[in-house]
Amino acid sequence: MIRARGLTKTFSRRKETVEAVKGIDVDVAEGELVAFLGPNGAGKSTTLRMLTSLLEPTAGEATVAGYDVVAQPAQVRARLGFIGQGNGGGFSYKVVDELHNQGRFYGLPPEVYKERAADLMAALELGGLEKRSVQSLSGGQRRRLDVALGLMNHPPLLFLDEPTTGLDPHSRANLWGHITAMRERYGMTVVLTTHYLDEADSMAERVVVIDHGEIIADAAPAVLKRRHADDTLTLVVATDDGAAVRAALPDGLGDVELTDHDGGLQVRVATTQGAETLPGVIEALRVAGITVTSASARQASLDDVFLNLTGRSLREEAAA
Amino acid sequence: MTEQTTTTTAPAHEAPRIVTRTGPGKFVTDTGAVFTREILLVLRDPFTLIFSLLQPLIFLGLFGPLLTGAFGGGFGASGASTADTLQWFVPGVIVMISLFGTSMTGSNLLYEIMTGSYERVLATPLDRSAILVGRALKEFAPLLVQGLIIAAVCVPFGFRFHVLPALVGLVLLGVFGVGVGALSHALALASKNREWLFWGVQQSLLFPLLILSGMMLPLEAGPSWMQTAARFNPLTYMVDAERVLFGGTFADPAVLWGAVAAAATCAVGLVVGIRATRKAV
Repeated sequence: MIRARGLTKTFSRRKETVEAVKGIDVDVAEGELVAFLGPNGAGKSTTLRMLTSLLEPTAGEATVAGYDVVAQPAQVRARLGFIGQGNGGGFSYKVVDELHNQGRFYGLPPEVYKERAADLMAALELGGLEKRSVQSLSGGQRRRLDVALGLMNHPPLLFLDEPTTGLDPHSRANLWGHITAMRERYGMTVVLTTHYLDEADSMAERVVVIDHGEIIADAAPAVLKRRHADDTLTLVVATDDGAAVRAALPDGLGDVELTDHDGGLQVRVATTQGAETLPGVIEALRVAGITVTSASARQASLDDVFLNLTGRSLREEAAA
Repeated sequence: MTEQTTTTTAPAHEAPRIVTRTGPGKFVTDTGAVFTREILLVLRDPFTLIFSLLQPLIFLGLFGPLLTGAFGGGFGASGASTADTLQWFVPGVIVMISLFGTSMTGSNLLYEIMTGSYERVLATPLDRSAILVGRALKEFAPLLVQGLIIAAVCVPFGFRFHVLPALVGLVLLGVFGVGVGALSHALALASKNREWLFWGVQQSLLFPLLILSGMMLPLEAGPSWMQTAARFNPLTYMVDAERVLFGGTFADPAVLWGAVAAAATCAVGLVVGIRATRKAV
């Protein structure tokens, strides 16, 4: 569905050249749900805009839905839905008018766009809002209208740029429900950008991590975590004999870190598959006569992956 | 029309039908689609049209009598009558409405760039030129209505006009307006994220252009440098042509010059505007 090679974009502002995207190669197969994950300014949106033909690449090439983004932009645009960071509906328009306008923009005959508009409004919980102005809608409703606008041409490929930014948790979950349902319904390939780690982790089947204009990792979230980050076991033991604890731990574990904890010790162990490893560790300590007073296993997160790949935390950058 | 319709159907799913058209037919239907979206705002809220007539009416009501007083007898053979002043002033005011309206086309666009709906429009397969032409054409229709209302309102005060030449005058003004609208559109794209730039340029051009066209006050009374400057102002030719046409005459060189000025402004506007639209993201 998407094939990009050496996709590059440089912006020049007042003699200063910024290389926003540095030669990205990416392939997306039909039916995939892919998230571009990275901090603000990493080049995610720029990449998306090149793939949607909104921005001409400085170098490289991309074929999207079977057509070249530079040579045949209209053919590409006819086959994709694009939901940008802003609100697509004109604020002074009525909801139904904008959906009909969108249908005309895609060259659909009136009977087709009227039916689709009614159908999408019903499917996206916009029923009864037909005559309301876009301005008067809530944030969540406006975003659902954006999705409806993006689906008016029944595209085989849907792009979403930061779809849930600015929405409250309830609206985010609701929007995701709708996007998933629409994907099922139309059998769409979906490509989105996000800087929400949990969103990429739970929703995407494949995560492409972008930093400083380059792809630094590309796999399913579980694979990324297995490959680039360890789970963490945290145990509290009733002894202060660190050497005995180290000696008692089974082989094949990662780094062990000991800190004083209420007369005993807190033991932090890096390992793969933490949940499966934890019982064996507790048992080994018990056999050595060491009492374990608490134990937990924490799964690696995509933030750990990002931290290990770049030395920076995405969560902190998002908060900064 | 060399319109082609291709239909692709993806198997096993609720048939996603992709319509792709090519050729000149696409430009026409795309322009129509953009125009329809723009004109909907006016149709859904026709009072904006009436409301925007207040300013020219105030001009006519308050500025017109001052003109009669100051230049009494200067406008016609028969002396300082209100009717003579109106005959001179009304066509100018109609040109003013068209300039005010069309030069602000871009402000709407600025707003749409900010909220994101322009981006949504760009992501559709619409012909890039059609996005510009459709928007500029939208200025045409209200102008016809407004021009005729203004002219009709002035009739009881002695203003005389002939419908056919006046309509031709409004069409000329429409062509001129498409050009100005396109330039305003290009200015808005250039001022993306810098709203002050749009208003700064628009406002600082508007009044010099108006005054140097002899629309508000006769330039004959001004210094010669102003008269020279006016000769390089396309608006001057528009105002002159409108005065002749509203007066009921076709056979006057001023009409020809007005048509040339309108066509030239339209051509320059479209070239600049289309280039800006293609480049813009």
